[in-house]
Amino acid sequence: MTEPIKTDVLIIGAGPVGLFAVFELGLLDIKAHLVDILDKVGGQCAELYPEKPIYDIPAIPQISGQGLVHALMEQIKPFNPTFHLGEMVTTLEKIGEPLFRVTTDRGKVFEAKAVAIAAGGGSFQPKRPPINGIEPYEGKSVHYAVRKMDTFRDKRLVIVGGGDSALDWTLNLAPIAKRLTLVHRRDDFRGAPDSVNKMRALVANGGVDLKIGQVTLLEGGDGQLTAASIKGNDGTVTRVECDALLPFFGLTMKLGPVADWGLKLDDDLIPVDTGTFETEIPGLFAIGDINTYPGKVKLILCGFHEAALMAQRAYHYVFPEKRLVFQYTTSSTNLQKKLGVA
Amino acid sequence: MSDVQELSRDSQSTAKMAKITFVEHDGTRHDVEGEIGSTVMETALRNQIGGIVAECGGACTCATCLVHVDDAWAEKVGKPSAEEEDMLDFAFEVKPTSRLSCQIKVTEALDGLVVHTPSYQGR
Repeated sequence: MTEPIKTDVLIIGAGPVGLFAVFELGLLDIKAHLVDILDKVGGQCAELYPEKPIYDIPAIPQISGQGLVHALMEQIKPFNPTFHLGEMVTTLEKIGEPLFRVTTDRGKVFEAKAVAIAAGGGSFQPKRPPINGIEPYEGKSVHYAVRKMDTFRDKRLVIVGGGDSALDWTLNLAPIAKRLTLVHRRDDFRGAPDSVNKMRALVANGGVDLKIGQVTLLEGGDGQLTAASIKGNDGTVTRVECDALLPFFGLTMKLGPVADWGLKLDDDLIPVDTGTFETEIPGLFAIGDINTYPGKVKLILCGFHEAALMAQRAYHYVFPEKRLVFQYTTSSTNLQKKLGVA
Repeated sequence: MSDVQELSRDSQSTAKMAKITFVEHDGTRHDVEGEIGSTVMETALRNQIGGIVAECGGACTCATCLVHVDDAWAEKVGKPSAEEEDMLDFAFEVKPTSRLSCQIKVTEALDGLVVHTPSYQGR
């Protein structure tokens, strides 16, 4: 069995609230590891609106999503947290009083004295196109990501989408595929111009078929696709024989495995105590958009407050023998040493 | 007296409104009022219209507030911006009159607007 990674607190989700939790825990000498399904930190701020302005962070009249993430990363630097990105937490079980064992889809195992679920709207997962009967093919001949390119060698592929993922995989897989058809709803691609040009060149020399339209029908059996029908914008339907379909329609948030951790959920949200932001399971916390309580407002600033109170309570589990003395960063030499400014 | 005036100034009843009709894909009609200056997406959420998710909250970054503008209104509502057009790539069953409702501002000219919500928002 994999040797568990031992930490004081495991934070699930590296969005703004998970990142700020590192700061609040760090001031109390509590070490943290963070796991996030995205391959970058920042959660929705980084994935959904990196360039969009946020106007309601206290004392910061305006900052972009990515700007906020940069600033938080700078703020938590002194506490040197460990990030596990591109991994999804799949299981969480209580094995002590309190001690939690947490595993990820990449086979990592953590043991933490407390766990803070800061998972926002859940985990970002690929969007599923609304094609009737697509589910049985998923994972077998419909793939939302490419893990091993060789899986697609000498196969007839249909790639759907007009962004960088669709274009990159078109360029990478065209040389090894038997036949590659790229399907997009319009003859205009928002991907990087260089990729668009390369794709157009492949189309011109016959290396790739480009179809403008939407996939409407799948044929096959036992999870194995045999053909896809593409309806053009003029209504004409083209049938393309294929072995695999790769849709790239971006990401959406799904609750995901949180539902399986034995917590009583309220409309897919985790009820918490508003004094500690602890769930019904002692040592298991939920902060930010994922939690609910009377009067809950889904604002980043509320998540920051929740992180601060969570840290106060988590201290009791991490250092049960110690008494917590509250201090201000402005006046405490002790805290300033931790921040590397004293 | 001044308190009363404050109240009425803040209350929605004095805000200028436009009629908007949402037609769900099963045919259910919702005739509601949208505040001039707000967006069609915000109007949908305030009135709990089925079929509008608005995952990103109106930042034009998720494509889960798709509506199909009624043909009679398509010209008045206008075409999507380049940014919105890019985002429509993430939506499904996109038609020539499809728009993201967070990008349609409610104006006096749109009083009476009819939009159709899709059966699926790509989640």
